Amino acid sequence: MSHDHAHHAHDHDHGSDLSPIEARVRALESLLTEKGYIDPASLDALVELYETKVGPHAGARVVARAWVDPDFRARLLADATPAIAELGIGGRGGEHMVVVENTPETHNLVVCTLCSCYPWPVLGLPPVWYKAPPYRARAVIDPRGVLAEFGVTLPETTRITVWDSTAETRYMVLPLRPAETEGFDEAALAALVTRDAMIGTGLPKGIPAAPVEMPV
Amino acid sequence: MNGAQDLGGGQGFGPVVPEPDEPVFHAAWERRVFAMAMAMGFTGAWNLDGSRAARESLPPAEYLASSYYAIWLRALEKQVAATGLATPAEMESGKAAEPAKPVARVLSRDGLEERFRAGFPSSRAAEAPARFAVGDAVLARNMHPTGHTRLPRYVRGKRGRIVRVDGVFVLPDTNASLAGENPTWLYTVAFTAQELWGESGEAGSVVTVAAFEPYLDPA
Repeated sequence: MSHDHAHHAHDHDHGSDLSPIEARVRALESLLTEKGYIDPASLDALVELYETKVGPHAGARVVARAWVDPDFRARLLADATPAIAELGIGGRGGEHMVVVENTPETHNLVVCTLCSCYPWPVLGLPPVWYKAPPYRARAVIDPRGVLAEFGVTLPETTRITVWDSTAETRYMVLPLRPAETEGFDEAALAALVTRDAMIGTGLPKGIPAAPVEMPV
Repeated sequence: MNGAQDLGGGQGFGPVVPEPDEPVFHAAWERRVFAMAMAMGFTGAWNLDGSRAARESLPPAEYLASSYYAIWLRALEKQVAATGLATPAEMESGKAAEPAKPVARVLSRDGLEERFRAGFPSSRAAEAPARFAVGDAVLARNMHPTGHTRLPRYVRGKRGRIVRVDGVFVLPDTNASLAGENPTWLYTVAFTAQELWGESGEAGSVVTVAAFEPYLDPA
């Protein structure tokens, strides 16, 4: 079988079809398992949990509830962690939640300049761009420019507040409810809530990207 | 430390590039690194702050040239070696040559989802009154510790205002090196964009950071 993999472009050990990093990871997992520090079945369960179960659908439920229930919205903005727990949502990476509300005057944007802090229970694991240097570097110094790259153009009169996640507090944005959704139920509203709207790099579906200037 | 992780305000990194499909993981090995980092953290041999410290102490050129989970892997290998749980030679071979060291606990599949959905809070009981209140003017200290800290460089020496008293939390600066949790008051501090970035800062816009009490002086 030594020539079966000759078409592979990577540089790897003869007779193996693992890339160097795959080989390192496999060796580490088998060593840590042999020593009894980890159980591969628990690794499988962690991957399943964070790849298939935890995700932005949870945050969208929170936002939709806040849009339809003023008392819930008030509890959410006052102390987000127990309010979110009312919907059965919480856990690792979201033990200390803060929800910040967009208004016509203020738009909120969340970043972690130092690493990749992100509210896992409501949004899942972060996308690559959130963890990569361009976003982490620029969100704090040029938030309007970053928003423009996401296709979000705010009125000049809208101020931006950037939340740098430098401790264990985790931020989620409560976006403005789109216009003409009065008859929508919670499930229909949740379907409008994009993940980026809850980071602040996007708006819910149905809000025009460039709001119409209102006559004074 | 003033490492490559402290990216706020950096320039020249190019545009933000979202992926069209955004898979949670991009290769099978990334899944295993993510889960191993979680499971090894659970053993109690180190903590989350220690993991961050291990990642950010990679040489800056290596940090910036590595993918996210490659950074996690390198840091995990460093932590395993530093705590004596395994040797570099064992990690290379994938075979144990020395007996295992005892660990406080091993993450089991049973009840795993419930544990992670319950979370691992880092808030602690207050043992002293908070020094600052909402509205107070503060100066972020011009500090440059060589160990772990969570005060980004772009706010050091800048004046801000307390906008929320978050409570008492484990202090990453000492917890990272297992020198103690030192529960400490945490505040949300707002800085105007102009205070941080001068004339290029937009009037009316602000940046907030979560800052521990020892990072701040009255202003």
